[in-house]
Amino acid sequence: MKKKRELEKVRRLQDEVNAENDDNEDDPWWWLVQKGIKPSFICISVFALLVRVAVGLHPYSGANTPPKFGDYEAQRHWMEITINLPVKEWYRNSSVNDLSYWGLDYPPLTAYQSYIHGVFLKIFHPDSVALFTSRGHESYLGKLLMRWTVLSSDVLIFFPAVLYFVLVYHSIRSGKGRKSDVAWHIAMILLNPCLILIDHGHFQYNCISLGLTMAAVAAALAQKDLLASVLYCLALNHKQMSAYFAPAFFSYLLGKCLRHKNPLLEVVKLALMVIGTFAIVWWPYLHSKDAAFGVLSRLAPFERGIYEDYVANFWCTTSVLVKWKKLFTTQSLRTFSLAATILTCLPSMAQQMLAPSTKGFLYGLLNSSFSFYLFSFQVHEKSILLPLLPLSLLALEEPHSLLWLTHFAMFSMFPLLCRDKLVLAYIALYALFVLLYFAPGGPGGRCNSSKTLDQSHKAKTSIKFISSIAFHPLVTGILCLFSIILHVIYLTTHPPKKYPFLFEAVIMLLCFSQFILFTFYFNLKQWMLSKHLTSKDRQKKLI
Amino acid sequence: MEAAGNPKMLKAQLLWFLGIATTIKLLLIPSYHSTDFEVHRHWLAITNSLPLSQWYSDETSQWTLDYPPFFAYFERFLSVFARLVDLQIVDLHHGLNYKVNSAIYFQRISVIVSDLFLFYGVYRLTSNLASLKRNLVWVLVLWSPGLMIVDHMHFQYNGFLFGWLLLSISFLAQKRDLMGGFLFAVLLCFKHLFAVAAPVYFVYLLRHYCWGGLVRGFARLSVMGAVVVAVFAAAYGPFVYYGQIQQVIRRMFPFGRGLCHAYWAPNFWVFYIMLDKGIAFFLRKFGFNIPVPAASFTGGLVGDASPFSILPQITPVTTFIMVLLALSPCLIKAWRDPRPLMIARLVAYAYTCGFLFGWHVHEKASLHFVIPLAVVAVESLEDAKHYFLLSVVSCYSMFPLLYEAQEYPIKVLLLLLHSILMWFCFSAQFSNNIATKVTLQADKKASQSLLKQKASQSEQKGSSRTAAEKGGFVLGWVAKSYVFGILVVEIWGQFLHPYLLGDKFPFVPLMLISVYCALGISYSWIWQLEQILLLSF
Repeated sequence: MKKKRELEKVRRLQDEVNAENDDNEDDPWWWLVQKGIKPSFICISVFALLVRVAVGLHPYSGANTPPKFGDYEAQRHWMEITINLPVKEWYRNSSVNDLSYWGLDYPPLTAYQSYIHGVFLKIFHPDSVALFTSRGHESYLGKLLMRWTVLSSDVLIFFPAVLYFVLVYHSIRSGKGRKSDVAWHIAMILLNPCLILIDHGHFQYNCISLGLTMAAVAAALAQKDLLASVLYCLALNHKQMSAYFAPAFFSYLLGKCLRHKNPLLEVVKLALMVIGTFAIVWWPYLHSKDAAFGVLSRLAPFERGIYEDYVANFWCTTSVLVKWKKLFTTQSLRTFSLAATILTCLPSMAQQMLAPSTKGFLYGLLNSSFSFYLFSFQVHEKSILLPLLPLSLLALEEPHSLLWLTHFAMFSMFPLLCRDKLVLAYIALYALFVLLYFAPGGPGGRCNSSKTLDQSHKAKTSIKFISSIAFHPLVTGILCLFSIILHVIYLTTHPPKKYPFLFEAVIMLLCFSQFILFTFYFNLKQWMLSKHLTSKDRQKKLI
Repeated sequence: MEAAGNPKMLKAQLLWFLGIATTIKLLLIPSYHSTDFEVHRHWLAITNSLPLSQWYSDETSQWTLDYPPFFAYFERFLSVFARLVDLQIVDLHHGLNYKVNSAIYFQRISVIVSDLFLFYGVYRLTSNLASLKRNLVWVLVLWSPGLMIVDHMHFQYNGFLFGWLLLSISFLAQKRDLMGGFLFAVLLCFKHLFAVAAPVYFVYLLRHYCWGGLVRGFARLSVMGAVVVAVFAAAYGPFVYYGQIQQVIRRMFPFGRGLCHAYWAPNFWVFYIMLDKGIAFFLRKFGFNIPVPAASFTGGLVGDASPFSILPQITPVTTFIMVLLALSPCLIKAWRDPRPLMIARLVAYAYTCGFLFGWHVHEKASLHFVIPLAVVAVESLEDAKHYFLLSVVSCYSMFPLLYEAQEYPIKVLLLLLHSILMWFCFSAQFSNNIATKVTLQADKKASQSLLKQKASQSEQKGSSRTAAEKGGFVLGWVAKSYVFGILVVEIWGQFLHPYLLGDKFPFVPLMLISVYCALGISYSWIWQLEQILLLSF
């Protein structure tokens, strides 16, 4: 018996080796990955950097639009404030710091980052960050230097985080798929069009908070939970929006702690790390209660409405039918949204606490960020970047969803990017993403919809049902065509005077329908995962 | 590999490569463009608003039409669409220096679309190669940083013209000489700078196509002659009819320009000038009275005072003779042994000679031999090593074209990406056992016709050579230090020179680039010559 089994094992190994060789010969990209993951990462990242620099040639948000300008001016203004005023004044309204004009409303780490970049700008172009006089400053050199600050943040934080994640993820996943799939995966994460457009076109520093989050995810996958919690706290302290991932981190880390011999000790360790990180970052504001609360109140913009513009989330979309803003006070809406967010997060959190797993964690990140995007208070169109991050990390599991949701995420930001005059960059980056997705021999071009779905053999009929609807060629075809026509209509025609935001509303409805459908689908997938796993565990035990 | 016998698949893959390049080109639309942009816009206006008889005599702007007639027809064709986009683009007077988005988008996109010719040229040229080699050539040509810089940032229509050149070479390589000759004649009527390779074409076609038997030879000669005459008649006929031909010729050959372009192209004359300056400097030190020449190298009329202090003056005729002399070994070789597979090498060598010894050469002209050599580069390890160096040097020599800060990271990243890709591709091609296995298999599959059998024979030679030289794709220390030297030159020119010397000697950084790149190009010239001679005897 034993011998037979061993022989079988050997045969299987041989088959695998052969399969690998065959793969190598078919694989048009093996030259890119033959030197290992790191060199191919360098190659792809140089390309990604080139794309980013090229996008930086295009206009930024609020260019030539006084008096408020846009996000570019906000970031520049923060640099101006941070390098000219003492730390304690940064978040306080005063004669030198008018908070109504792009007052600092991000956590302290953003302020420190603005300070560093402000110093850089001051060295090469002092006029662009001079107190008061630089308001609305726009110049060739100023734009260039600002663009370079985003590029350097990207290179120093986001890119290494991607490398770290890819190394960890593929060491866990080793043996599955072709070698060049790694390169494809790197390209999918690095060349996500939404992130590039918002950071290097529109102008923001999402790459920092998302990079830190990704590094935290990688650390968590590598079983370095303490490092993960520190990195995640840093992300949270750079942009409060990173809280979208909090339920997933919380439940995954807690779930892991509970499986330890000494759960309490583990929890205390993590808590100490978190508190320590926060204490260091918030140090200048901890000397008094007022200072700390002053900063905190800047971070929570509750005085703003439940949604802004036309964001494809639950509140904004249903407001077509239910006038939330008129029916309820902001106070009660806040409670509603909080309750809805937590309720929709709960299933995925429960799954992770009960059965923490690598894949489950990634799905958990996706689900919690989608819940926040769809149901939380004060969501912006740009927040779609957050669910897209874990989705791109799952690119090899969910290639179709990635393509599909990236399409709608781009579309949901289209009105915003149109206002920024980034249509050309939008088209080019979208085309680039689709081309890379369908790279000859890559996972996107290789698998048909049926094949990927078959990967989850144990998938329940409900999942199959949803995916068969979502990925039915007819449905996808019609939706694709419809969205392309909408793009063209949006660009070429004026809406009727009675409904000036008709097109935005249609875009929002379309995107919302897809986002909510996929949230449901991903939640189901995450739950199926644990069933699949437990049955596997049982099998293992039996053996 | 799976695409070897499937032209549809092949085209789809090639389109993918082109698509990636196209997205980058689209992103580069708002980047810096040189006066060539206005030149081409003005040509659109001339060809659209003036009758053909006045195209070459118009003097509304200083950017007069100085390309051959086919290019003028091409501009005329584009101007039909330009009219539809924005009438002011083609307005002779109101359109001067018209730089709004509609004009920029239209012209940039016209360059991008005309690159489809390049696509077809590359497709024809590589359809018989093994899969890895094919990918390699695509990467080298379609993602060429030089073309990206010159066409899509600086602004010109080179990709379109190289499409014709590659097409012509591909027909010659398939022994379809008449078609190859025809396409080359067409190319000459697009841009006469390509005429440097005309002697090679002439000798090759005479020997390979027309030679053999008096009757048959004469018949073929007259067919070829008729084709070429027909092409030239189509191009120049209308101008002869209007009595404009002398004016056309005068515009096309402005010998009033100097020996060198404003920025010295890295060629032989850089050494000549440096030698002159060096001797003059030393003689002055030793007390001789050497007058400082009044004329400059870059401008001035022929027959004016010599720009050189010591060495004899150079005239266009001198450079012409020099080019012909440099070409002669290659012509002899083409006569003795006219092999279709050698044609890319011969043509590239001809352009190298033209670049090194020609009159008023632009730095952009190095693309004329870098692009055709991409096909040669995949043939053997030695070719690959040479190409790596040449391609880096050629791209670097184009850096001064983009001098603004905004484009600085782009040009550096383009070169960096290109070098990394070349390094990956070449090492995959030449150091791995699988590589040779794959290529051999592919070549066996492909070897159906006589031509392909020959290709695979040379393949086997090549692979056995690589197997013998086990080292794989590793540059020698000379090459390594030369590439490293580029980094030093760049850092000196960009950072150290302005920092240490300030505004003193502002010409030094550019001069350093010229001299340093001229070394690399001269090496490439000698190397190509050696290859051609070795393969012939």
